[in-house]
Amino acid sequence: MKKEEVPQDLSSLGKITKEVCYAIDGSGKYTTELSRGWDVKINALDVAWQDIGERVEAARKKVLNNEASPLLYFMELRLMDIGILAAYTGFWKWQVKKHLKPAAFKKISEKKLSRYAAAFNLPLSDLKSWNLNEA
Amino acid sequence: MKLDFEHIQAAHCENGVTTNLLRDIGVRKMTEPLAFGIGSGLFFVYVPFLKINKGPAFAFRTMPGLIFKRNCQSLGIPVIRKKFGSKKEAEKFLNDCLAAGHPVGCQVGVYYLSYFPKEYRFHFNAHNLVVYGKDEDNYLISDPVMEQVTTLSGYELERVRFARGVLAPRGQLYYPKAIEPVTDDQIKKAIKKGITRNVRDMLYIPGNIAGVKGIRYTGKRIKKWRDNLGLKKAGLYLAQLVRMQEEIGTGGGGFRYIYGAFLQEATAFHPDEQLIEISGRFTKSGDLWRTAAVQAAGIYKGRLGSQEDFNTMGDYLLEISEMEKQAFQALSKIKWYP
Repeated sequence: MKKEEVPQDLSSLGKITKEVCYAIDGSGKYTTELSRGWDVKINALDVAWQDIGERVEAARKKVLNNEASPLLYFMELRLMDIGILAAYTGFWKWQVKKHLKPAAFKKISEKKLSRYAAAFNLPLSDLKSWNLNEA
Repeated sequence: MKLDFEHIQAAHCENGVTTNLLRDIGVRKMTEPLAFGIGSGLFFVYVPFLKINKGPAFAFRTMPGLIFKRNCQSLGIPVIRKKFGSKKEAEKFLNDCLAAGHPVGCQVGVYYLSYFPKEYRFHFNAHNLVVYGKDEDNYLISDPVMEQVTTLSGYELERVRFARGVLAPRGQLYYPKAIEPVTDDQIKKAIKKGITRNVRDMLYIPGNIAGVKGIRYTGKRIKKWRDNLGLKKAGLYLAQLVRMQEEIGTGGGGFRYIYGAFLQEATAFHPDEQLIEISGRFTKSGDLWRTAAVQAAGIYKGRLGSQEDFNTMGDYLLEISEMEKQAFQALSKIKWYP
C-alpha cells in the first residue's frame, strides 16, 4: 500500500484517535501514516453489531415466551457467552446453563443472583424485575 | 507522581508496549517493526472449532505475550512478570513499581476500557498498555494504539486488569530490567533469530490450520462456506476474518506491512539487498490481503453473493499462501555470516 492510498474513511474510533498504518513512500521505503479508518473495516464491525442486535432481540423474545430466564437476555446484551458469564460470576458452566432455564432461575437465591447482577453491572432490582417490566 | 516516559504511537498494542518499554530502559534503536520482527510476530491460524463471539477464530499474529517475551530473551534482558490472585496485592505491586521508577506493561481486557469507543469494546483480554505514573486516584496510561496518553481511575484500571474469560489477565504486569547497553551486534543476532523462528512458524508448523498451510486451508474452506453455512452466516464469518485482519492495532494488511517494514529496517544491521527484495513481497502480500478484504466486504454487505464470488475470495487466499510461502523460503536462504 502506498502512503497516499492509506484510507481515510471516518470510523467511530477515528473520532477519538487516528491509527498508525505502515505504507511505502514514492521510493518504496516504508514509513507510517495516520488513518481515520477504512470503510471495509467499518462495515465488518457493523455486521458484527447487527448480529449482536439480532441475538439480543431473539433472547428478549425467548424470555418473554418463558423459554429462557432473563439471564439470557443480559448475557447477550453484555456480549457474553456461557464461558465468560461463568468466569465473571464464579459459577460452573453447568450451573449457568441451568440458571438460563426459567424454572431454575426462579429458585436462585438472592445472594447468587447478586453475583449475576455484578457481572452484568446492573442493580439487583433490575435483574429481578425484568419480567415484570417487560410483561 | 509521573515517570519520564516517551509515548510513541504504534500500529499494534504489544509491539508498541514492547518498543516503548525497551526504549525506556535505554534500547534507543528499538522501533515497532524491529520489535515485531524480533518477536517473530507474523503468523496465521484458523481454528474452525474454536468460536470467538460466535464466529470462527482467526489470528494474524503470534500468541499474545510472545512478542515482548522473545524480544527480551533475544536481547538478554531480564523480565519481571507477575500475576495476582488478589486485586489489592495487584494494586500495591503496581504502586511499588511506579514508586521505584519503573513504567510497567499491563495486560488488560477491552470490554471495560473506558476510553475506547463502545463499538470496539468486546470481551477481548489480550490488550496491552503501559502505566507510567499516578496522579491522585488517576493512573497515567500510555496506550500505544492511541495518539495521546490518557488516564484511568484506580477502579477502572482494576476492572480491566481483572477482566475474566479467555486469556484472563489476572492483573498481569511486566517490565524489563535495565542492563548493559544493547549493542548493534546483539540486535543483529536477535533479528536473525526472529526471522529463523518466523520461517519455522510459517512454513513448518505441524498440521494444516496454521502458517502458510493455514491460509491455504482457509481459502479452500471459504469456497464451501456459501453452501455449508448459507449466505448470512458466511457473511458473518467473512466479516470476522476481516475484523481480525484489520482490527485496531494491525496497521492494515494483517501485519504484513509491518513485517515488510521490519525487513527494510533489518538492513541497517545486516546489509543484504535480498532483504529489501523480500520486503517487497510482503508488501504485495499485504496488498492482496486488502484486496481480499474488499471482496469479503462485497459479500457481507450483500453486493456480491454468488458461488463465483466465494471462489474468487478463496482464490485470493490461495494466492497469498503461495506468495508468503515463497517469501519465507527466500528468507530461510539469507546468509547471516559477516
